[in-house]
Parts: sequence; structure tokens; C-alpha cells
Amino acid sequence: MSAPPITPESMDARPRSARRRAGSWLHQRPKLRLRALLAAPVGWLAIAYLGSLFILLLNAFWAQDSFTGRVEPFNWSLEAFQTILTNPVYSVIAIRTVTVAVLVTITDALLAIPIAYYMARVASPRMRGLLVVAVLIPLWAAYLVKVYSWRIILQGNGLVDVALAPFGLEGPGLSEIANSWLVLSYLWLPYMILPVYAGFERIPHSVLEASADLGARSLTTFRRIVMPLVFPALVAGSIFTFSLTLGDYITPDLVSDAKFIGNVIYDNSANVNLPLAAAYSLLPIGIMVAYLLVARRLGAFESL
Amino acid sequence: MRTRRIWGSIGATALIIAACSSGGAPTTAPTGAPTGTPTSAPSDAPSDAPTATASTGGGIGEGEGTLNLVIWAGYAERGATDPAFDWVTPFEAETGCTVNTTDMTDSNNGVSLIQSGNYDGISASGDATTRLIQGGYVEAIDTSEFSNYANVFEGLKDLPHNTVDGVNYGVPHGRGPNLLMYNTETFTEAPTTWDAVWEGGSDHVGEISIYDSSIYIADAAVHLMATQPDLGITDPYQLNQEQFDAAIELLEQQAANDPLYWSSYTDQIASYAAGDVVVGTTWPLQVQLLQGNDPPVPVEGVKPDEGTTGWSDTWMLAKDADHPNCMKLWMNHMMSPEANSQATVWFGEAATSPEACEAAEALSPGHCDAQHADDETYWENIYYWSTPQEDCADDDAATTCKTQDDWVQAWTTLRGS
Repeated sequence: MSAPPITPESMDARPRSARRRAGSWLHQRPKLRLRALLAAPVGWLAIAYLGSLFILLLNAFWAQDSFTGRVEPFNWSLEAFQTILTNPVYSVIAIRTVTVAVLVTITDALLAIPIAYYMARVASPRMRGLLVVAVLIPLWAAYLVKVYSWRIILQGNGLVDVALAPFGLEGPGLSEIANSWLVLSYLWLPYMILPVYAGFERIPHSVLEASADLGARSLTTFRRIVMPLVFPALVAGSIFTFSLTLGDYITPDLVSDAKFIGNVIYDNSANVNLPLAAAYSLLPIGIMVAYLLVARRLGAFESL
Repeated sequence: MRTRRIWGSIGATALIIAACSSGGAPTTAPTGAPTGTPTSAPSDAPSDAPTATASTGGGIGEGEGTLNLVIWAGYAERGATDPAFDWVTPFEAETGCTVNTTDMTDSNNGVSLIQSGNYDGISASGDATTRLIQGGYVEAIDTSEFSNYANVFEGLKDLPHNTVDGVNYGVPHGRGPNLLMYNTETFTEAPTTWDAVWEGGSDHVGEISIYDSSIYIADAAVHLMATQPDLGITDPYQLNQEQFDAAIELLEQQAANDPLYWSSYTDQIASYAAGDVVVGTTWPLQVQLLQGNDPPVPVEGVKPDEGTTGWSDTWMLAKDADHPNCMKLWMNHMMSPEANSQATVWFGEAATSPEACEAAEALSPGHCDAQHADDETYWENIYYWSTPQEDCADDDAATTCKTQDDWVQAWTTLRGS
């Protein structure tokens, strides 16, 4: 209440501590201040995250004692790459994984477009809220719970078997690669719907009205106005569906017998052949970098 | 500015995805070890705990207060699942060694855990023991230090997978065969050979259950020993090029019949219970669990006439272990009638001494007869898991065999294409 007013005189009267001097020194150097502030998070990213990733990938170029399984650091060798290039099975697995990733992406896009369009353009606000919740709710359940549910649905005497029985048909069992496509499409669908929904919502009404005024029928408007505008959002969604499928190894193992890139890396990482696992993991990293570069050109990053 | 904001939003979205989608995934890998024992990190508790009594282990010194083990899931129960099966708590009370365990997912994983140097010992199968001994990761032991060693069945002593040049590198835990398990409703007559999963597999396309591991190549070799004796296979784990090629060819024919491969025993149990598979290779544990299921699944396990693969596990002391006395006390404890009977009944494998068999009667009447613990003729054509070696694990310099690496590569090729 009765504190004396702070005047230049009263500030000068205080002893200038070292802390205050450092403070005013920093105050005059905004760039340095920013760098000091960012040092901790950027350092963490560089050392803890990228650094450990780098060391992991370095294993790809190290030799391994084949009997005891011990990796020999700095004993340079390209044996892991030779194995991958000479044994055709590694190409077969890579092509299989990428094919399923593409199929999952296309399936999710085909499902997401009508759902997202309905949510953004047709549904009442109340309905829209309910649908957004419905799309998000599966993300609250653990991944493994969902995959095991599908396992139970697909296995013998499961829901699929029971539903097909009246038609004299049998379910697919648990060895079909199509199961992986089905389950992964289910798992990643929300990641496609959300960006596409946002993309549809972002289109101004005036654009559609202008199109109608110029004589375009609704189908033409959809094809020539709506789709080009929502395409970047579709690519943004595909980043998730594609990359998540490319990296998954648990679903293929649980609902089908197919080996994906991730399964080979997993099988080799527990001391069987770490250099091979490291070398093979360069492949999905390369594919994703290329994919992200293309996605960036297509304007997907503005739609996230 | 614009691009910066975009990258920021990508980062945020990635974080959300990481948080939402894969929360539980990495910790529960598909080939993960069967659940059962809680896993705890190794620790270095001060060694001021109560002292060990000399009576527990002959000439073993006092315990150091802590014991860090690498185990197969189920090898160190403290009554958490079934109070009747607890052989850890009495050990801790008697020796003052607090037991911490880490489950290995497979033998390769176990070898790498021991290499980390954080553990005192491991329950290693034969495909890990040889690598551990030759890599210098385990200590030689003097069996006369263990008061319970004298009781162990003679057939389990000084076996090649844990004894090199007469030097012992561990004590036995228990042994078991990989069995042929069949659905008794599909097979009204008990099969006597592995034919049902090999040449005869075309009768059960898509209904065959096969262990998903490179070590399964040896099962093909066991079958070839009977069907193609001119290949001259004597040890299914040491195969030359010609023998190996024949085994892979047999496995490829099997793969054409679309078998269902299992990597965790719980997955296999689910497949048999659902009726997806009717015949395949298994451990005794799954037969027990399926027969004891509610309602019981109509399955039976047999050891076919050709013989079979199996395991004989060894408790080994890690090189330069922090708590060697606790580990030795544990090794002696695991050969005691009480602990050995409980552990082998729990897992469904054969006990290692007549005294353990007697004790097992109270837990599971007829256990040792059912597991053929004392019946050496039964074990004659059971080939314990062992490591494929370039020198064929013999003294003949002229012979070379396919290595562990070759086996893993071949299995990847078979399963991947």
C-alpha cells in the first residue's frame, strides 16, 4: 500500500548484483538469448533422439561375430547390405509391405471421402459433433485390444465364420495376408478421416455458389472444384496411413502369417543379427523421406 | 514463418499419433515371452541381508543379498498365479538373496542379456549354452559344491551342451520333448509319425501348427533321419550342405500346405481351442493347458517314432557375476526336491531327480511317469536344442556344417517369400 514509487533514482540505489548485470547483458543480445533458450530442447532432440538413431543405423556398417552374436563396433563391413541385396526374400518382403501400405491408403481414402464430406457439408451441427466423437473414440482404445478383437473375429468359429456359415462358406482363418490389409485399414481410418474432414470444412461456401452460378452441376462442382481443393488434405492423411502401415509388425503377425519389413527388423534385432536389422531399417526410412518430399510438393503440409 | 508453423503442426500431430496409437505396442511384441512372472530390473542391493546357511549348499559361501536372473517365463514363480507354486519366497527366506528376474523372449535374447553383464545367471537352453561357454560369458563350476547334485539322474549329467572337456558349466533344470499334438476328434487313431505335418500335410491344408523359429529346421532333419537314411544325418543340428538343402526342401513342401506358424505358446493354444488347427508341433505345457481348459479341448500329445527335438535347460553362472554365491545357492536350490518338483510341474517338463519325482506326486500325481523323467530309453531319440556350428561340433576337420547364421537366413527366406 505504502511502497515508495519506483523511480530511476530508487533503482540505481540498489546494489547491482552479478545476476542483474548478466540479465542486462543478455537483454542487449536477443539472438543469444533465443539460442540459450532453445539449447536444451534442441540438444535433447539432437543427442538423445537423432544421436541414438544414428548409432543404431551405424550398426548396419559393423561386422558381427556370427557365433556368439556380438557386434564388433568400428570393424567396418558391408555384409549386411550384401545379404539384403543377394537374397531375393528381402525384396519380396519390401514389395509386399509397400503394396499393402498403398492398398490400405487407397481403401482409407475411398472410405474417408464420403464420411468426411457428409460430416463437413451435410450433417447437422449436432450430428457432426456425434460423428467426430465416433471417429475419435476408437483412438482411445489400446492398439493391441483392437488387433486382438480382430483376431477373434477372424479366427475359426469367429464372427466371420458364423456369418458365412448359412451360405456354406468358411472364414479366411488367420493365415491370409488380406487380413492385414483389412485390419490395418480399420486401424488407420481415423487418421485419414480427420484431415479430409478439415479439408472439406475449409472450402468456402462462396466457391461452391460461384460454381453453381456458372452453371456447373453438383457432380462437376465436386469433381472440378471440391476434389482439387481437398486433395492436399487427402495426401496429408495418406502420410499417416502409409507410414503407419509401412512400420507395423504386430498386426501382420497376429492376424496373418505374412512377414512385413518390421517383422524382419524385429526378428533380427534381438541379437540375432543387429547389423542386418539396422541395414534393413534404412529402407523404410528412405521410402518415407521420398514420400514426404512428394507430399510436400503436393501441398499436403498446409493441410495438416 | 509459414513453413515453420507447418512443421510445428506436423510435429504436434505426430506426437498425438504416437500417444494415441502405439501406446502399448512396443512392450508387448508378438513373439514376446509368455506372461507369468513379474519382471524387475536388476539391482545392487547392499549385501547386509541375513547370511546364508552352509547347510543349503555344501561348500558355498554366504549370499550377497541379491540375485539377478535371466529366465524362461515361469522358471521363478513366487505364488502370484497359483499359491501352491512358490519356490522363490522360501529361497529368499533361507538365503537372504532377493531374487530379481528378467524373462528372455528366446535363446538369442538370453545370450544378449547375459552379454550386458548385469546378471548373475541364466536358465539357458542348449542352443544358448554352447555360445555362452565359447564366448566366455559363463563360469565353470565345481559340481561337488552342490549338495543336491548327487541326486540328479545320471542321464542328465555331463552332457555336451553344458560340459566341455570334462568341465561343467552349469546344473540341469529340467528337460522336455517337443510333441506332436493332434485333435482327437479329427484323428480317431493316434498318429505314430510326424508324417501328418510333412508328406501327409496335404490332408490338413491350413490346419497345421508349426513353431516359428529357425531351430525348427532341426525337426525337418529328424524326420529325414527316418525317411531318407542315405543322407546320413546323425545330429539334426549339425547339417552339411546336402542335408540342409533336403531339410529346407521338406520345409518348403510343408509351407505349400499353408500351416499356421506360432511364436508364443498362448497363440497356439488359442488356435487349437478355436479349431483353426488340428495337428502340429508343441511343448508339453500346451497339451496340459488345453486338456485342463474349461471346457477341455480334445487334444493329445505324442512323441512320434522318428524321435523329436527337445530341450534340456541349464542354470549357468555368469562370468564376473556380482553375486556368485547367491547364484550358486540358487542353482543348488533348483535341484532340491521341493523347488525342482514345483518348477517342472508348473512348466510341464521332466524333473531332474528321484527325490523331486517323489515330491511332485503331491502336486501332480504321476508327473514323472507322464514326463518320462527316469526313462532313459524314452530320451534316446530326443535331440536337445543345440547351436548349429561351422565345425559340426566334432573333431573331424574335413567336415563343415551350416552355421547359426545360415539357419536364421534360411528361415527368413522360407517364411518371408
